[in-house]
Amino acid sequence: MNKKSLFKRFRESQLFWPLVAWIIILLFNAIINPKFFRIGILSDPVYGKHLYGNIIDIFNNGAPLMLVAIGMTLVIATGGIDLSVGAVIAISAAMGAVLINPVLGNTLISNAISAANTTNTPLPVIVLADLAAGTLCGLWNGFLVSRGKIQPMVATLILMVAGRGIAQLITNGQIMTIYYTPYYWFGNGFILGLPVSIYIVAVVLLLGWVLVRKTALGLFIESVGINAKSAYYSGISEKNVKLLAYMFCGFCGAIAGLLLSSYVHSADGNNNGLYYELDAILSVVLGGTLMTGGRFSLLASAIGAVVIWTFTVTVYSLGVPANALLAAKAVLVLVVILLYSDYTRRLMNRLFERRGSKHDTAS
Amino acid sequence: MIQRAKLIILRYGAQLIAFAVFLLIYFVGGQLYPAMQKPQVFFNLFINDGSLLLVSIGMTLVILTGGIDLSVGGVIALVSTASAALLRGGMSPYIVIPLMILLGVALGGVLGWIIQYLKVQPFIATLAGLFFARGLAYIISLTSVTIKDKFYMKLALTPIYIPFIPKAYIYPATLIGPIMLLVAVYLIFFTRFGRTVYAIGSNEQSALLMGLPVSRTKILVYAFSGLCSALGGIVFSISLLAGYGQFATGMELDSIAAVVIGGTALTGGIGNVIGTLFGVLIHGSIVSILQFNGTLSSWWTRIGVGVLTLVAIGIQSVLYIRRKRS
Repeated sequence: MNKKSLFKRFRESQLFWPLVAWIIILLFNAIINPKFFRIGILSDPVYGKHLYGNIIDIFNNGAPLMLVAIGMTLVIATGGIDLSVGAVIAISAAMGAVLINPVLGNTLISNAISAANTTNTPLPVIVLADLAAGTLCGLWNGFLVSRGKIQPMVATLILMVAGRGIAQLITNGQIMTIYYTPYYWFGNGFILGLPVSIYIVAVVLLLGWVLVRKTALGLFIESVGINAKSAYYSGISEKNVKLLAYMFCGFCGAIAGLLLSSYVHSADGNNNGLYYELDAILSVVLGGTLMTGGRFSLLASAIGAVVIWTFTVTVYSLGVPANALLAAKAVLVLVVILLYSDYTRRLMNRLFERRGSKHDTAS
Repeated sequence: MIQRAKLIILRYGAQLIAFAVFLLIYFVGGQLYPAMQKPQVFFNLFINDGSLLLVSIGMTLVILTGGIDLSVGGVIALVSTASAALLRGGMSPYIVIPLMILLGVALGGVLGWIIQYLKVQPFIATLAGLFFARGLAYIISLTSVTIKDKFYMKLALTPIYIPFIPKAYIYPATLIGPIMLLVAVYLIFFTRFGRTVYAIGSNEQSALLMGLPVSRTKILVYAFSGLCSALGGIVFSISLLAGYGQFATGMELDSIAAVVIGGTALTGGIGNVIGTLFGVLIHGSIVSILQFNGTLSSWWTRIGVGVLTLVAIGIQSVLYIRRKRS
């Protein structure tokens, strides 16, 4: 029994449980709606031919959550938590909307003035400013946690409370509509028939993977998460690792904000990314990363986010009102909690081990 | 004598600072807007932030044990909506109010049980509680339900005049907050339960080894927080005479901020509910200054609360580091 069978290796990998959850939800969908998996080709006057269907929509609309979950994974892996991602999303969205607005600096920004499909700021500058704003928020969080020695929950709570205020400050308290069409491309465009957002997630995932798995950084993050003090004694700059994790989380939040404001063509300081921090944390937990830090998997968290989004879409398609979705989500959280609780884990282990031991005696 | 004064400052420094900050903000507000000097403005703080005070009292106890309760806003929404719906259905308020209190205690107790026995992080379990309660409120009614019950109307609209101060009044529902504050003060300063709360917050392991009833106390603390949230929900629905699933969005953050500003450490074991009162009053003063100003926008409340939380944490860490050294 030196070589683990492929199934056993898969069962022990972090991807197993989120994938199982996803397949269950998908099967449920397939039963209640046989057309669920249908994917068609649609000709769009603006964006050309592209694929459409429920699965594509799930990936497209779930992209911001996947991004936030990827960023959150690194933070949770260091043993921290980032409650401010929702606020970071709002700040980034507000930043983009304000920069697009041709009457930048005018105190009375009215939608009538900004209705023209023009902008004084080049698109790359807007995107960079968005990303910079998010990363700066992450830097602030990371600074408070690593240098200020403040508990992660409290440190990010500050930005969570103040961040939405800052977002409203940026947009002057208004819901700003974006009329600049090139900006729509991020959330609504297509490359080779697939939504742009999917490619963005893939690029971030790849970037993250290269960063943490092809360098020693991933190992550093895990060791800081397991025991920050011993990581420090073994010569890892625990402070900088944490700082980097929070910055990456802010960066991911900024991209999510960019996408979200691009979907709905507007920036709303109060409602952009509302409850995203909670969904993101849930995604990470679903992905099997422990809240206490340590071992993590970016891909598993992204799948966790897809599970949550699929669940959301399923509940909608059952005709549950959008607001009552929260109760359904609570049930999901409860099930996940029960699945991951020590009691269930022990039960599962006992179940699998008994089978394994039988196998051992037979061979 | 100096030694003793030093000790008191070290022990209650954060609370004293919170009190001083409140006085300062209130004084500055009074100087900027003379109308704020009226005594009624001070009582308005209690009227407007009645439910925040109630919620924060429960939150303080939870945070003292080293936990957190994010479900408070959801419980307020649920209680307000459920009571409004029941009252519309013709149920007597004398049944509805105890029922709602029971609901809050039960919800808090279940959350405490999940946290203690399933070993789920308080943060996640109460998050589920928040989702559940708010979702349930929306299932009861998607729109705002108005309350036309006579007893509620009476509670909401009868002013109680404060003796010796002319033209100053509060409402009957406003009294619930201060009464619960007294209850909480009694609980944490004068009972075995309170000492156990502090012991758990300082070090749960050693509290357990000392033979203290850790599990029971933790569940009770969450149930107490549920009770406070339910009372907060009742006060909320009385003051607005309506119930709605969107009520008290973000209340959990405001109350955590109030608790932290009031000098309670989020690591648990340090702080008390009197500081929380000042935290709530500071929140109320900022809001009323913004109201008196008129041109400043509501988002400054959030930024102000955020900055104050940061400052409070800074002060705490300085004080507690010094206390550890001494």
